[in-house]
Amino acid sequence: MAIKDLPREELMHPGAGSCPACTDLLTLRMTLKALGPKTVLVTPASCTASVACGYPKTPFGVPVLTMAFAAGGAAASGAVAALHRLGEDDVNVVVWAGDGGTYDIGLQSMSGAMERGTNFIFVCYNNEIYSNTGVQRSGATPFGAWTTTTWKGKVDQRKDMPAIMLAHRLPYVATASASYIEDLYRKVQKAASIRGPKYLEFHIPCAPGWRFPMERTIEMGRLAVETGAWALFEADDGKVEFNLRSKQILDGKTQRKPIEEYLELQGRFAHLFRPERDEEALAGIQQFIDREWERYKQLAACGMSVG
Amino acid sequence: MERYTADTTISYPCDGAAGRTGGWRDFRPVIDLTICIRCLRCWAYCPEGAVLRADDDSVSINYDYCKGCGICAYECPKKVIAMEREE
Ligand SMILES: Cc1ncc(C[n+]2csc(CCOP(=O)(O)OP(=O)(O)O)c2C)c(N)n1
Ligand code: SF4
Ligand code: SF4
Ligand code: SF4
Ligand SMILES: [Mg+2]
Repeated sequence: MAIKDLPREELMHPGAGSCPACTDLLTLRMTLKALGPKTVLVTPASCTASVACGYPKTPFGVPVLTMAFAAGGAAASGAVAALHRLGEDDVNVVVWAGDGGTYDIGLQSMSGAMERGTNFIFVCYNNEIYSNTGVQRSGATPFGAWTTTTWKGKVDQRKDMPAIMLAHRLPYVATASASYIEDLYRKVQKAASIRGPKYLEFHIPCAPGWRFPMERTIEMGRLAVETGAWALFEADDGKVEFNLRSKQILDGKTQRKPIEEYLELQGRFAHLFRPERDEEALAGIQQFIDREWERYKQLAACGMSVG
Repeated sequence: MERYTADTTISYPCDGAAGRTGGWRDFRPVIDLTICIRCLRCWAYCPEGAVLRADDDSVSINYDYCKGCGICAYECPKKVIAMEREE
């Protein structure tokens, strides 16, 4: 898949209310290219829902059901059942939820829909904060990051939601990044070709929330992968394979860049560098990433049995 | 387009749902087409769909809706997009 092979058709209309440089909007645009018009989105409260549900106009060229924050998975279950009654089983039902709507408040309704074998795709677009309400910490916010509710830096580590989804024994789980757009496109198409519950998680750099110059948004996503703060992988029936740069890192063919190269460009980590360097926190973050990669090795070797 | 009646609020798709977002711009991307290699990276990575792709894969900007984020210029491998301050 090369950029030239991405379809020309746009299902997102220009003139959406998202901030400039929003990779939530970018990945929506790409996801709808991959899925085509026979798609229904469910958007729990989030930036996406705010962009979708202006009245009387919306930029979305497919039906969108804006939903209560906790209810993404439940609403998708209802949409799948309703479409089945109408004989429309070939429609892609997709929950498009933020990290808050996935890691935190959306967790139980998503878990239930997964466990019931619902034929849908759950996309978590992970900008590592509650951005729509003005940058509060979520279960996906990394250790050390400033938010308005962690103003000395977050003191807890993030959860590993893809691993929690692997433990649901799903036919397909994948992570992607706005900065590796062909890989993201491929994974969306693959998810759509598989029956049953699918989980996709996209890494979504957010310039206003993370405090960096907006033109560097795609670079920020690339650096997350190159430093190993984010890993690209997919799991078919629990068999885990890493992709692209993350595969090279796992196979020892490329070194991870030091995590500082990623952190120092973002205002949310500025307090780790100024007025003086917080050596303990910086070393702790690097050690956390190192340990994550030891775990990824085990994950690639053992996977998760689906049975 | 088919209209629906339902006991809920329904919005309909159109360009400019949030208005002419081109008015948000501080800097305007200007492409030097003489050195552009038509790689389409700017088209793929523009969040807004504001880089237009013609049948021959040449690119142009839809200034009605380009928000001036500068991603296209930053990601262009040939650096042929200049960000020029709006008047
Ligand atoms: C039950 C409930 N609590 C709080 C809110 C307020 N609220 C709306 S969106 C949002 C944050 C959503 O965060 P996330 O899911 O990460 O999406 P993002 O805003 O980052 O796109 C919150 C707290 C709400 N709508 N409903
Ligand atoms: S706050 Fe971040 S995720 Fe939300 S619309 Fe703005 S750039 Fe996108
Ligand atoms: S400046 Fe941003 S919005 Fe405008 S064309 Fe370039 S990428 Fe698209
Ligand atoms: S990214 Fe640059 S070289 Fe590639 S099509 Fe756009 S303007 Fe041309
Ligand atoms: Mg979020």
